[in-house]
Amino acid sequence: MNSPYTPGIVPGRIDPSDLQENFSDLHPRFQAHEASVAADRCYFCHDAPCVTACPTDIDIPLFIRQISTGTPEAAARTIFDQNILGGMCARVCPTEDLCEEACVRELAEGKPVEIGRLQRFATDTLMAAGTHPYTRAEATGKTVAVVGAGPAGLACAHRLAMLGHDVVMFDARPKAGGLNEYGIAAYKTPDDFAAKEVDWLMSIGGIRLEPGKALGAELTLDALAEAHDAVFLGVGLGGVNALPVEGGDKDGVADAVTFIETLRQADALATLPVGRNVVVIGGGMTAVDAAVQSKLLGAENVTIAYRRGRDGMSASRFEQDLAASHGVKLMFNVQPKAVHGNGAAQELELEYTASAEGTLSGTGETFRLAADQVLRAIGQTLTTDAGLDRDGGKIAVTGAGRTSRAGVWAGGDCASGGDDLTVTAVAEGRDAAMDIHAVLTGGT
Amino acid sequence: MADLTSDFLGIKSPNPFWLASAPPTDKEYNVRRAFEAGWGGVVWKTLGAEGPPAVNVNGPRYGFIHGADRRVLGMNNIELITDRDLFVNLEEIRRVKADYPDRALIVSLMVPCEEQAWKDILPLVEETGADGIELNFGCPHGMSERGMGSAVGQVPEYITMVTEWCKTYYSRPVIVKLTPNISDIRRPAEAAKLGGADAVSLINTINSIVSVDLDAMAPEPTIDGKGTHGGYCGPAVKPIAMNMVAEIARNPATAGLPISGIGGVTTWRDAAEFMALGAGNVQVCTAAMTYGFKIVQEMISGLSQWMDEKGHTRTSDFVGMAVPNVTDWQYLNLNYVTKASIDQDACISCGRCFAACEDTSHQAIAMSGDRKFSVIDEECVACNLCVEVCPVENCITMVRQAPGTVDPRTGKLVEAEPADWTAHPNNPSRVAAE
Repeated sequence: MNSPYTPGIVPGRIDPSDLQENFSDLHPRFQAHEASVAADRCYFCHDAPCVTACPTDIDIPLFIRQISTGTPEAAARTIFDQNILGGMCARVCPTEDLCEEACVRELAEGKPVEIGRLQRFATDTLMAAGTHPYTRAEATGKTVAVVGAGPAGLACAHRLAMLGHDVVMFDARPKAGGLNEYGIAAYKTPDDFAAKEVDWLMSIGGIRLEPGKALGAELTLDALAEAHDAVFLGVGLGGVNALPVEGGDKDGVADAVTFIETLRQADALATLPVGRNVVVIGGGMTAVDAAVQSKLLGAENVTIAYRRGRDGMSASRFEQDLAASHGVKLMFNVQPKAVHGNGAAQELELEYTASAEGTLSGTGETFRLAADQVLRAIGQTLTTDAGLDRDGGKIAVTGAGRTSRAGVWAGGDCASGGDDLTVTAVAEGRDAAMDIHAVLTGGT
Repeated sequence: MADLTSDFLGIKSPNPFWLASAPPTDKEYNVRRAFEAGWGGVVWKTLGAEGPPAVNVNGPRYGFIHGADRRVLGMNNIELITDRDLFVNLEEIRRVKADYPDRALIVSLMVPCEEQAWKDILPLVEETGADGIELNFGCPHGMSERGMGSAVGQVPEYITMVTEWCKTYYSRPVIVKLTPNISDIRRPAEAAKLGGADAVSLINTINSIVSVDLDAMAPEPTIDGKGTHGGYCGPAVKPIAMNMVAEIARNPATAGLPISGIGGVTTWRDAAEFMALGAGNVQVCTAAMTYGFKIVQEMISGLSQWMDEKGHTRTSDFVGMAVPNVTDWQYLNLNYVTKASIDQDACISCGRCFAACEDTSHQAIAMSGDRKFSVIDEECVACNLCVEVCPVENCITMVRQAPGTVDPRTGKLVEAEPADWTAHPNNPSRVAAE
């Protein structure tokens, strides 16, 4: 039996039952009474700011009112009409930066209506019924290839199937779900929810999943475009930035996304190795997810090292506080300089930074942190643009996801514009589907 | 420190808060708890004539209306008068009164509308030492079907007759409790006065069905698949009750007749409002049934603080103070012009004022692209809807337009002199201005 103090990267640092507890639901589902009390707080605002703040434009006051009148199933319909992945978004959306930040009760009392948890109450209620609320329109005879079965692809595929098109959905990985399945902290979506949600979504029919096929490998855009009436690319950002410092290739240095993916796919948490001293480099959600989970796996010391100040972090303040509350140390204005160690990482050398006229540079002052595991969460990149025009490292799109090539749409993290959020990807996939539908049925 | 001592018909109590005749006052145990908690008086749950007592249903008795967070707004009740033996009740009343001589103890009565029935029971009540009686002419369910309760209260002649009997066979104060299930509350009050009543108390409960079970397709509370109308009470009935109290207070025929105010009193403020409209004291039931007897502590401290702030040294100082300001619509000053005004610092941008005004009123609120809401004085008729739908108290207020300025809505000068409908040019029966 190892302990948090065992040196190196080892599994089983804490008791398996504690591990189970650590990775339980971050925000357990509301009981009916809790939902009723929370729903009562909604003011049913006119042209509500929360709706404006929602990338998928869910009619939040309406669904909350439906909950408060005892019809959570109708509430779920209101949500799914706009966002078929409303169940996942209820779990992973940074609501503190979106709907709940805009809630007038946040302004009034510093305590917004708990929109995310109410959304989960509604969507869980309907999904627990085991039925699918939508039926397909009459078949159009058109087929669409959706590449990437993440949030954007799933939302696009569902909407297309609903409109009567046949969809073939490809994904490079063995399972559908994309980052929902592979890339989000386990405690945000326990009980295999991502996979269950995909099954539920696909139960509308008309969507055929072809796993293990990646664009640029098994698939080419030309062949896809040839074989289908339209193509939607929701391939995400599969590449990971390397750590361009001395010793950045030592053992113990790894990608945070791979760390999270391994954790998400693990059968037993007790088998997962984690360092005694973990340093995560980066300032986004992935950094927080990796850091918190390292701590939950039993690492003694976990540090997030971010090169800019707190305000520059793309992880929300809620996420930052979540990390801090789990004992993760947040260090700002530090950048990696070198990884030291004999073959395997032992220390990470960091340099303080300062920002002058928008340019970040090292101050020359350095220090070292014990680090037997260094996780890179410094951004992800497009693996292939498939010959399409780019915009800032992403596939350039205009309007509802139209790429530079006619008949090819793109959305989600791989496409230009929008935040790299699940909910944004859903909105882009949905909107692209509506545009594809318009084109395929005689629009422009 | 204000003196909350109450003298109602010569009946003294340490404060004007009495518990109404209702389930909380059905027996000695409860009444002792109420007095220990600080209630100034109790009207004992209605006694019936000697003999087999009334019975109650053995299924649910109460139905409710809830507001946000299951706050009780209204309650209905199909419980009848006491279902305990008359002599047990009388003995308990005697014991409690002996132990709490400083508290008011009133006995509520309901016996058949026959002189002998009243002649029989009144001496028994007199012997208990209770301070007075209250005639239950209000109960709208069960007993009314047997010719008692509201069946009496709805016939002014019966009220006068029974009141006279009580004044004949009983020496202490007689309070007549009125039913609101009648078109003009002034008539039964006048009848009570005519019969010699020392006071009226009102309102009793209102005929109601509070909810329907949509599975059983039956009113609630549902007894084996059926329901019946019950008596409605609680905060929801307060406005109805206060209007009836005011009507009696300002009716020349009954002016000065002491009133015990009943109907949704929940806080000290409710009590002060009833008393300002002419009630000498108040009776409480639903609030106690919702929160327990302890609420009287807030009523005592709140009324005391408010009286100190206003410089009232005793409750009689402000009883009826608002009565002269209750008038008929035709006497309201039509030259009093106000406009809504939104405090931008207090506004939380919910937009409810806009939705309410735009959809259902006068399109007098403008909404900017960045969710700033402002009043369009040219359209505002000062209806007050925005003030009341705003979740933030005092965020929207009504501001009077100074006389001498022009009302942007009508383009007319705001006159300093009051003018009402009686002299308005549009009034076909106007009276010439003097």
